Amino acid sequence: MQFNSIPFLLLLSAALILYYCLPGRRRWYVLLAASYLYYLAAGAEYLIFIVYTTAVSYVTALLLQRRADAENAELEANRDALTKEERKARRAKGKKQRFRILVGGLVLGFGMLAVLKYTAFVLSGVQLFVPSLRIPDLLLPLGISFYTFQSMGYLIDVYRGKAQAERNPLRFALFVSYFPQLLQGPISRFGDLAHQFFEERGFDGARFRAGLARTVWGYFKKMVVADTAMIAVQALVEQKLTGAYVVLLILLYSAVIYGDFTGGIDITIGISELFGIRLKENFDRPFSSRSVKEYWRRWHITMGTWFTDYVFYPLSVCAPMQRLSKWSRAHLGPALGKRIPVYIATIVTWFLTGLWHGAGWNFIVWGLLNCLCILVSQELQPLWLRWQAAAPRLSSSRIWGCWQAVRTFLLMGLIRSLDCYRNVPLTFRLWGSMFTDFNWGEMLGSLTKLGLTPADWGVLAAGILVLFTASMLGKREPLRERLSRRPVLLCVCLTLGVIVILLFGSYGIGYDAGDFIYGQF
Amino acid sequence: MEKLYEILKSLHPDVDFTAQDDLIGEGILDSLDIVTLITEINSAYDVSIPAEEILPENFCSASAIYDLITRLDEA
Amino acid sequence: MRKKQWIACLCILLCGGVFLWFAQLLLEPKYMSGNREGAMTAEYYSDGSPHDVLFLGDCEVYECYTPPTLWAEYGITSYIRGTPQQLVWHSYYLLEETLRYETPKAVVFNVYAMRYGEPQNEAYNRIVLDGMHFSTVKLRAIWASMTEEESFASYLFPLLRYHSRWKELEQADFQYLFHRDPVTHNGYLMQTDVVPKELDIEGEPLSDPALPQICFEYLDRMRTLCEEKGIQLILVKAPTNFWGYYWYDEWEEQIVSYAGENDLPYYNFIPLEEEIGLDWSTDTYDGGAHLNVSGAEKLTSYFGKILREEFGLEDHRADAELSAVWQEKCSAYEAEKNGGT
Repeated sequence: MQFNSIPFLLLLSAALILYYCLPGRRRWYVLLAASYLYYLAAGAEYLIFIVYTTAVSYVTALLLQRRADAENAELEANRDALTKEERKARRAKGKKQRFRILVGGLVLGFGMLAVLKYTAFVLSGVQLFVPSLRIPDLLLPLGISFYTFQSMGYLIDVYRGKAQAERNPLRFALFVSYFPQLLQGPISRFGDLAHQFFEERGFDGARFRAGLARTVWGYFKKMVVADTAMIAVQALVEQKLTGAYVVLLILLYSAVIYGDFTGGIDITIGISELFGIRLKENFDRPFSSRSVKEYWRRWHITMGTWFTDYVFYPLSVCAPMQRLSKWSRAHLGPALGKRIPVYIATIVTWFLTGLWHGAGWNFIVWGLLNCLCILVSQELQPLWLRWQAAAPRLSSSRIWGCWQAVRTFLLMGLIRSLDCYRNVPLTFRLWGSMFTDFNWGEMLGSLTKLGLTPADWGVLAAGILVLFTASMLGKREPLRERLSRRPVLLCVCLTLGVIVILLFGSYGIGYDAGDFIYGQF
Repeated sequence: MEKLYEILKSLHPDVDFTAQDDLIGEGILDSLDIVTLITEINSAYDVSIPAEEILPENFCSASAIYDLITRLDEA
Repeated sequence: MRKKQWIACLCILLCGGVFLWFAQLLLEPKYMSGNREGAMTAEYYSDGSPHDVLFLGDCEVYECYTPPTLWAEYGITSYIRGTPQQLVWHSYYLLEETLRYETPKAVVFNVYAMRYGEPQNEAYNRIVLDGMHFSTVKLRAIWASMTEEESFASYLFPLLRYHSRWKELEQADFQYLFHRDPVTHNGYLMQTDVVPKELDIEGEPLSDPALPQICFEYLDRMRTLCEEKGIQLILVKAPTNFWGYYWYDEWEEQIVSYAGENDLPYYNFIPLEEEIGLDWSTDTYDGGAHLNVSGAEKLTSYFGKILREEFGLEDHRADAELSAVWQEKCSAYEAEKNGGT
């Protein structure tokens, strides 16, 4: 069920009305019912998988919590009888036991994701050597990457003592399945999200208005900008056009991914605000980042922090890694020694990040290229500092900042185009063609052959201009927050927004007069 | 404490760590820095900082980091 | 929010609504020139006088029977609710909807559409359904007709379907914002060109000769509806028989046996072309696939006689009021016919 489908809007409206009709304590039942209805609409056969993940993480978390509680109670009871060393030993032993439970839960949870999402990919690799192998056609349940990550993050939080295990299975089911974020995140933390479902809150008009504004804004980004640009992107990809067309694709696909993803998240966060629930921000004006590292702090933030907190940190500070570091310091020198854990953990994290995005080599290469950019810029840091010292005025000027932002934008766009072609050698070839094939005149002349009319290009350009302006004006405080304090003005903007989306958005069956021309019948 | 400042200084020679109290929020220390920092601290102070202690409040300033080290050393 | 703000917001929303309503009127295709077929469904409602005969079907009715001729020669009042590629369920719902307004004495259904068990093209759905006035019948018709890619809401709010037409607005869209000109003569869409038939092309052999079950189900429903209202249902097949629109013997057998089982009159005009007097060098506008006005008048004369003699339909020419109405229709008809040739 897409966000811009009528059934979704109906479900949402019904849920909102019911939500605010019920007393505060009962409201979360509406969210749970809506979430499961949403999931059911995607396909009843998917339901079993989300129930499985919910059950696995619910039970594992309870086991972890029970162990931790028992451990604490025992230590508390024997506080005076034990020495400090004995207490420490008992804690360590308890932690080890809990770790085993955690690993069990993670294996069960991630196992399902791995089997469903990666079996075909792995087997297609094996198939190179065993051509007779048959690749099973497994279904990929809606949102499984997101809800699995969210549930597994919760398990680790319970293990670390950062979250209390939820005892009510229905309440926990809501945390896993909360429908606005099921499709594309953000990946919420239990501690941030769950308590908000069950809090008693009054109706907050200003918040509701801000949510409404954000939702409409999201639809604008998605339907007017992303979906329009996508038409041309598809044409470019299908025709595998070279040279200047690749540059065009990089620019257009940046608009697509920005509009679609940040717009989708705007809708998700906006809808949540309608219910009075605040989700974590997933984007922070990412295209103004001056470096790849900064970009990844500001783009898909909840995924980035998930990987940082649950993969990168544990991996880089774990005992074997630290031992490795010590060893390499002794044998390879301090400079290399201190880099080893960081580098290994970074590479592994980006490999997994790539894999998370999809089962395919293009995603893995995409992840590793990001990693390469980050590590190279890390190594070039001293050089950069020297240049900064040599030209302090230029390096702190606005123009230099703009150049850095443009450079980062283009670099990320380039790497991202792997996602369009879905074929690594082809992508590399097309990248190369940008430097050998100077067909700019031809490209500019054939813009209207890419499925968009001049009027469509006009809408797209205007849409991108609006996004850019809003982002600039919203540097300090997003425009919608300012607007939500002025209800009448907000109402004008919302009405205009809806009109613009309805008229200029790319949706439905595209009108083609040819279809209506009476074909001799 | 001096040793800690030295480590920090080697990461970012251009930052005055005595004056900063929001190293994470202001983006001075990123995740790569933090891991390098932990590796250095682990070997310099003979402690081991576990992943669950990597929280913004433990790394927001030099003194917070020092508190963390002492806490882990005593525990 | 204060009361004043509420009122202001309400006004703004109202303005937005009115604007969208205007936009919808503007963006809907007008079908006033070029593909005029799109305007046919809606035109029915502006015809106030009652009809004794209702024709249902595709181009094999709205290009084959001329109500003005039927009046001029027999005094029989009639209306054709035909649309391009009208499918059997379209016909059924148009029948059900027409019965909300009037009860004709006879319903004439052309059987060519019995060959289609599935919608062929979204545009033909829109052409039948967009023009229907809002009613529960229309809602059911939409449900029954929608292809998978279509959305129900886009029939309730055609703006959702035609929103991208802002790129190709033309003068006619403004001119016909609130009204339409008539494009037919009681549902008859006049074709005056003459392109003689030069070849006799038969259809390719059929892979599956069975007519789809769903068509018979809807035909059953039409039959039941007519029985309930005491209406004579007559099945016909237009005399055209050409290549892509070929009428196979296998289909003919199935229709004949259905008509026999259900005691329905069925007239296949294909073997009767000589009796009707059709001349394929003058009576077709596209080389034999469809009849032009000359052919349609010949067929109408022939069929009018059947309606009079077999089904006893009344001659209303003595009725002064009806005569006046039809006089006007006939002169408009003659005017287009003479203007066009």
